[in-house]
Amino acid sequence: MDMAVIELSRLQFALTALYHFLFVPLTLGLSFMLVIMESIYVMTGRPIWRTVTRFWSKLFGINFVLGVATGLTMEFEFGTNWSYFSHYVGDIFGAPLAIEGLMAFFLEATFVGLMFFGWDKLSKRQHLFTTFMVALGSNLSALWILVANGWMQHPVGSRFNPDTMRMEVTDFMAVLFNPVAQAKFVHTVSAGYVTASVFILGVSSWYLLKGKWVAVAKRSFTVAAAFGLASSLSVVVLGDESGYALTDNQKMKLASLEAMWHTEPAPAGIAIFGIPSLEGRDTRYEIKIPYVLGLISTRSLTGQVEGITELVAKAQGRIENGIQAYDAVEKLKANPTDMVAREQFERHKLDLGYAMLLKRYVADPRKATPDQVVQAAWSTVPNVPVMFWVFRVMAGLGFFFIGFFVLAFYFSTVRRFDARWFLRAAVWIIPLPWLAAEFGWVLAEIGRQPWAIEGVLPTFLGASSLTVGQLWTTIIGFTLLYGALAVIEVRLMLATIRKGPLEHGDEPSDAAASGQGYAPLPAE
Amino acid sequence: MVPPIDYETLRLIWWGLMGILLIAFALTDGFDLGVAALLPFVAKTDAERRMVINSIGATWEGNQVWFILGGGAIFAAWPFVYAVSFSGFYLAMFLVLAALILRPVGFKYRSKKPDAAWRSRWDWALFVGGLVPALVFGVAVGNVLTGIPFRLDGDLRAFYEGSLLGLFHPFSLLAGLLSVAMLVLHGASWLAIKIERGAVHDRARRFGQIAAILSVLLFAVGGVIVARGGMGFRIQGVVASTGPSNPHLTAMIAAPGAWMDNYALHPWTLLAPVLGFAGPLIALAGIRTGREVLAFGGSSMGTLGIIATVGLSMFPFILPSSIDPASSLTVWNASSSHLTLFVMLLVTLIFLPIVLLYTAWAYRVLFGRVTLKEVGTNPDFY
Repeated sequence: MDMAVIELSRLQFALTALYHFLFVPLTLGLSFMLVIMESIYVMTGRPIWRTVTRFWSKLFGINFVLGVATGLTMEFEFGTNWSYFSHYVGDIFGAPLAIEGLMAFFLEATFVGLMFFGWDKLSKRQHLFTTFMVALGSNLSALWILVANGWMQHPVGSRFNPDTMRMEVTDFMAVLFNPVAQAKFVHTVSAGYVTASVFILGVSSWYLLKGKWVAVAKRSFTVAAAFGLASSLSVVVLGDESGYALTDNQKMKLASLEAMWHTEPAPAGIAIFGIPSLEGRDTRYEIKIPYVLGLISTRSLTGQVEGITELVAKAQGRIENGIQAYDAVEKLKANPTDMVAREQFERHKLDLGYAMLLKRYVADPRKATPDQVVQAAWSTVPNVPVMFWVFRVMAGLGFFFIGFFVLAFYFSTVRRFDARWFLRAAVWIIPLPWLAAEFGWVLAEIGRQPWAIEGVLPTFLGASSLTVGQLWTTIIGFTLLYGALAVIEVRLMLATIRKGPLEHGDEPSDAAASGQGYAPLPAE
Repeated sequence: MVPPIDYETLRLIWWGLMGILLIAFALTDGFDLGVAALLPFVAKTDAERRMVINSIGATWEGNQVWFILGGGAIFAAWPFVYAVSFSGFYLAMFLVLAALILRPVGFKYRSKKPDAAWRSRWDWALFVGGLVPALVFGVAVGNVLTGIPFRLDGDLRAFYEGSLLGLFHPFSLLAGLLSVAMLVLHGASWLAIKIERGAVHDRARRFGQIAAILSVLLFAVGGVIVARGGMGFRIQGVVASTGPSNPHLTAMIAAPGAWMDNYALHPWTLLAPVLGFAGPLIALAGIRTGREVLAFGGSSMGTLGIIATVGLSMFPFILPSSIDPASSLTVWNASSSHLTLFVMLLVTLIFLPIVLLYTAWAYRVLFGRVTLKEVGTNPDFY
């Protein structure tokens, strides 16, 4: 296989997925915040809340279309670029994607049209229901895509079928209630809620600093502060730490993001600084807080967190075992009725994927040398320095947001909207939740390497048989298209924010004089 | 767990469901594509263009989900087909995606600035977003009928030996043009029922009549080529309809003329081409006599008939291979496992009716013609 094709396929997937996820978190969070704002409008009947809702829904709309547009790419990219992956696990992996379309995309896409076009065609309650359906639909889509992703991290409820040469489902409930998927879902949607809260808080603070749209800004600030506090707590406390003890790969992920090269006596300490080195397989200048890692990841004082070297030794055993399974599959390919081979397969089938790691070094894993086995075992270690730092940035931001929202909540509770240093800070930190969310994905997916599906299919085997030229064509094409759309999107967002909650046909003076508490508009 | 419905029946049901999803996509988002392709030609002024855009503005997004669901359902029920077709049509698929990505952005961003140059650029983006997918989908179907140049190795990994330009040959271009004509007719019929009568309405009806005639002609020529031009594949020996999904276990050959087998074997299947011809003619009559609901019904019927004709001619083949017929994908060798097909059927039976219910509600709320006056007054319009 051509490693350039594989690296380019990974690059394209990373680019398109990370780009798609620039729009998703805001959709997830903003949709629910629109529900909150509109509920207040329906309950109190005060027109100012209608203005608040309609204003943020304009920004929601600009962001939402790009989420939809770039999501199209994601739905088909498994087939276009990861064709062997699609064949190999489509029996399991395709189901959540189809259910996502049926249950979530239809809901959000059908109701989003009514949400924007239905203000004068629906009653207040019907419109609120519509907004709620949009929020429900987008959050459900996160559930299903994370069921799919969670299965890649922890492939439960399935087995390899030698007759069809692919993985097939044995237990749908296990796939659906996969603990890794559940933890990821809560963590991801909470991150979306934090993103939207920071966004609304930041934009509102900018209005407060400028003295524009003060009534809208104060109300939005208050909603965002409360919603943000709850979700920033949830994103950290219910982070996906809980899944890290489950499988060898998840353990490896934990060991590598901690750059823990050797198992330590329980409970292990957590490093807050260090310079991990791949060559030396050690971490220099490490500063550790004792006990914390053991406590967080095993929820006990005695649970051990395994180190990288020990996990590599385990992987080596599984590779040797996997070669037996691979041998059996090859025999069954030649003669499906070979009962001895079938029995051999049953004994070793759980390690079949590990034998495939050898295909990077040798075409037939059965002919691998002991050196190649060791090499393949070490290939199960993801990029430790990247993991180490990406995790620290993400987790650090997570804790920062809690502090930030505690302050915001305090200010909104005592009705102090004039702490200019805080308002300025709130504007400046708007990009940070996006950074944290993107780093979260980098951590999850780099941490899964070398696997496309943990223990089942190595990433380098999953790609389509494409050419380097085809891949560069689409990478450049997507980059140009997405780049242009990003520039347009940001400009429209900024223009809409600058214009404020002014409605089409509203006279600025009317709005100012309408007694709804608007501050006078500066002439533009 | 052993599903209570047998494997063969489930495969048949999912073959049918795949067809239903593709037809539903063509019937709903098909008119959005047609309307977008007609946009620069039927509407001249900004107000006219906004009227056309807003005739689909609130519903195109839900309609597009049929396409996404089509992709997802093929992934879940026919993983082989998903894997082979989308990687095989790699650059063509990129063209479609790029064009479809322009569409949501075009709808939403066009109205954000009053600048005429800005709006004109988005109008052409919408045109591309309508025309290119319509054309490429047809070209792809043309290639599926003649066979795709792929082969499967011992591990069932697909290798593709074609190129983007290789997809465009006379027959596939004909199929592409038929697809454009069919969807433009459908788009014109939609405009006929959805916008107020006047200049734009008249232009849409004129384009609709041309598209209806072209649909009938191209469908007839295509049919003759399929019948006489020696296309087709056949399964040899016993058909293992409940066997494992592994193409290497069935023998398949290229058999010129085989795409006509099913019509001789099951004459009721002739109903599909009959609808394919009758639909556009009924639409034409509807447009000419000003009975717009009849026109839309006719174009819907034609779309259904034309797509069903392709599926029924090829059954049980889904993706035949032109360079290695033994690698061809059929209803019997390319599906998901028995259990997955069954569970996904349950999910579909529960959720599809709900989807249809709220989609119908949305169309009811938005019922009525879009008028130029409304374009000037409604603050929520694009």
